[in-house]
Amino acid sequence: MVDSSTIQVYRTSTGLPTGRVAMWWFLASEVAIFGGLIMSFIMCRVAHPEWSEYAEYTVNAAGAFNTIVLLTSSLSAVLAHAAAARREYARAANLLWATVGGGLVFLCVKAYEYSHEIHEGFTPVTNLFWGFYFFMTGLHGLHVIIGMSALAYVATKVRHGKLVEGVEYAGMYWHLVDIIWIFLFPLLYLAS
Amino acid sequence: MLHYLPIQLSTYAPDIDGVITYIYVVCGAWFVAALGVLLGFVWHSRHRPGVRAKWLPGDDKRGTAIILVPVGAVLFCDFLIEQRATPVWEKVKIDIPGEGFDVKITARQFAWVFTYPGADGALGTADDITANELHVPRQTPIRFSLEAADVLHAFYVPELRLKQDAVPGRAIEGWFDAIGDGTFEIGCAEICGKGHTNMRAVMVVASREEVDAWLAQQ
Amino acid sequence: MSAHHEESFWSKYVFSTDHKVIAKQYMITGLFMALAGGAAAGAIRAQLAAVEPGGTGGLLDPQFYNSVVTLHGTIMVFWVAMPVLVAGFGNLLIPLMVGAEDMAFPRLNMASYWVFFASTVVLLLSMLVPGGGAAGGWTSYPPLSADPAYSGVNWGITLWILAVALEFIAFLMGGVNFITTAINMRAPGMSMWDLPIFVWEELAASVVFMLSVGPLIAGALMLLADHQFGTHFFDPKMGGDPVLFQHLFWFFGHPEVYVILFPAFGIAAEIITSHSRKTLYGYRMVVWSIIATSLLSFIVWAHHQFVAGIDPRLATPFSITTILISVPVAVSMFSFIATLYGGSIRFTSAMLFAIGFFACFLLGGVTGIINGAAAADIYIHDSYYVVAHFHYTLYPLVFMAGSAGIYHWYPKMFGRHLDERLGKVHFWGTMVFFNLVFLPQFNLGMMGHHRRIAVPTEFDFLSTPTALLMQDISSWAMAGLLLVQVPFIYNFFASMARGEKAAANPWRATTLEWACPSPPPHGNFAEPPVCFRGPYVYSPPDRQADFVPQDQPPEGDYQLPQNPIVAPSAAK
Repeated sequence: MVDSSTIQVYRTSTGLPTGRVAMWWFLASEVAIFGGLIMSFIMCRVAHPEWSEYAEYTVNAAGAFNTIVLLTSSLSAVLAHAAAARREYARAANLLWATVGGGLVFLCVKAYEYSHEIHEGFTPVTNLFWGFYFFMTGLHGLHVIIGMSALAYVATKVRHGKLVEGVEYAGMYWHLVDIIWIFLFPLLYLAS
Repeated sequence: MLHYLPIQLSTYAPDIDGVITYIYVVCGAWFVAALGVLLGFVWHSRHRPGVRAKWLPGDDKRGTAIILVPVGAVLFCDFLIEQRATPVWEKVKIDIPGEGFDVKITARQFAWVFTYPGADGALGTADDITANELHVPRQTPIRFSLEAADVLHAFYVPELRLKQDAVPGRAIEGWFDAIGDGTFEIGCAEICGKGHTNMRAVMVVASREEVDAWLAQQ
Repeated sequence: MSAHHEESFWSKYVFSTDHKVIAKQYMITGLFMALAGGAAAGAIRAQLAAVEPGGTGGLLDPQFYNSVVTLHGTIMVFWVAMPVLVAGFGNLLIPLMVGAEDMAFPRLNMASYWVFFASTVVLLLSMLVPGGGAAGGWTSYPPLSADPAYSGVNWGITLWILAVALEFIAFLMGGVNFITTAINMRAPGMSMWDLPIFVWEELAASVVFMLSVGPLIAGALMLLADHQFGTHFFDPKMGGDPVLFQHLFWFFGHPEVYVILFPAFGIAAEIITSHSRKTLYGYRMVVWSIIATSLLSFIVWAHHQFVAGIDPRLATPFSITTILISVPVAVSMFSFIATLYGGSIRFTSAMLFAIGFFACFLLGGVTGIINGAAAADIYIHDSYYVVAHFHYTLYPLVFMAGSAGIYHWYPKMFGRHLDERLGKVHFWGTMVFFNLVFLPQFNLGMMGHHRRIAVPTEFDFLSTPTALLMQDISSWAMAGLLLVQVPFIYNFFASMARGEKAAANPWRATTLEWACPSPPPHGNFAEPPVCFRGPYVYSPPDRQADFVPQDQPPEGDYQLPQNPIVAPSAAK
């Protein structure tokens, strides 16, 4: 007997888990969103060479630190997936919580950066560069929060051996969040 | 349908009308043919008692050719249309004449402002003349720089076949050459707000002397 | 089979996860919004009929006229075409046609409808707030739409943007479901080449939507930020670029018209086969043409911007890609026309609407070529020629193919037939009046009538007797077109109670949605169907049968196809 919450796992015409197929397509649509935004930024950046000066005021050290934090948290997400595959559910849950922790550190550093920049007089309405900066990192930050929530939810379930496939799917989402940041960091911080 | 086109006031109006006519003929023929085949098949294949439908999956070489050959003809017609149209686009929008009668056109909510060079012959100087009518000499390349003061507008004169969006923050160059005298209407062809429907101005084509005399009075 | 659970009125009819209920919710919301969009169209034509030479007369304040024009376009594209064609028929048919008991993610599906419902409410509210509704056209270009000082509209635009954003989110949620179900929940034995064309079309529509809407989500949020929070993405005074919005809009906007086109073609394919007892001509070619059209649709967008201030050298490449997209669309159209050859056509309301759809869409399609040739577009851009072109594509797609689909699948949805005589009245009335509304608009376009003009008689060249005659024909015919929908609306609701009861497979069709009762119970199939063949075995040459359904076992011995099972763990 199959009830609606488990349909996606049992039945598959391709041999791929349905949840994985769904997550790939969802991530593709997210790539389209950020891709459009990043292309717009690049087009504007090319037209505005003076933005290299504005980019000097982003806190490169914080951005670099955050990049390492996100990469590390992606690593713990991968390790969580491996642990879950070995049915080491407690370990998987702990690794997922480590990933959430990485996200939290990221957000705290970002909050520090924002308050520093606003204190210096740079807000989203200061000029177009700062508009893009706050908009792109803000939208990314929103996705970090969503990812953290998904990971936390899966972590609580996985500890009891439930929703195990969620480790993979939440991990995939988190990797996308990480990859988007890998694009944003050089464009917004380093192109100066 | 083509007889609804306004008079051909500019030197490139016949080119544009030629492209329109060419596409009408080619695509019109395709439309009539496809519609005829569609309706003919429908009539021919209506249900008659005792007559069974054919089995034509069209998945063999011949079946595929029956589709791809007409589609190849469509592609060929596409190529012909592109060949015909591309030089006309270049003539109107890319090959701007090196010299002529210069004017700056400014679009704003909800009026057209035309700026002419004054006695010094240069635009952007203190002796420029502004007016709300466009007066241009006949049979002269008119080179315009189109600007917008606030939102998007579009400079549009049907008899010239000319249309160009005005974008705030840009000065877009274009040209036309009016072959005959008369008074013609200018409209705004990009929605610009409450007064979009009212954004009408007048273009007067006359002799160079008449235009200069009119400018002297502004 | 599904678990038995207690169903209350609310869980059965309102907050249902059953794809068939969700389909009806989308469809009925879409048809209701069609009334709103139709009323807006009526108001537009009434205004254009009432103006007098000299720029006098008229019924509507120009700002209100602009907001009605905006609302008409916005509603018809996002709140009628999408929910009826993509979400309505898609939700109804994808699980049934692949032999599944529901979508892959039923609760996500339900959530998508309620997000869509919320978007509908927000959109309708946007017309009622102080300052009025958004009035910059459905395209909503900045700077007009970004600054209330220019548009005179404040909350109307904010709510409009939020409504569109919510609608996009609803369809992203739906799209994941459609793609995943079509790929991964097919019955055993059903390869991708056994899918009905409708499913292929919905799959393409969902993929194209999901990959193209992203930039406009970004652009809409940027517009909202400019409008509400004072950023400068599209403000040239502070270094922004209004044309950037146009690129973001049309990068989605053009593929969107194919998102609408694909399901309509799919509906037509299902009808012309079953109602003429003839197999589809060139099935694989049609599939390849769907894929080619999808790919090409991403590289034509700037044909909406030929005279917008883009670098003029870009016009030629975009002109070429635009004209080239006629090729795969022609493959589909020619295959459908070839399908009609040698059939045994019954002129049911569904079939009549399918044929009418093809005929009118042909005119829409060829008039697209003249728009796509940049040199011709210099003259006809932003004129009524464009308006006539896109109405000759969109109206047939939504209201002819959509009606055809309703006549065809109503028995499956409601267990009863629509009245065929009223259907014929609906068809002939629609065909006559639709053509009378929009054919004159080609002429108005050729005369040079520019778009979104509340009082055309301000202009002498639009006040000639010929121009006024064209306007009057178009306006009176619009009244007729709206009136002739009344028998359809009556038919739709009255037949739910009084229509002739429908059998499981009243059209004697081959696809799997007809292998379950009409209407199907929760869970659809008594036993999961198995697929043994392709979708259009009508009048086969090798046996007496009139048709062979996809799930009918072959004669003699056979091996039962199996689907792989995936264990519910993170094992892979």
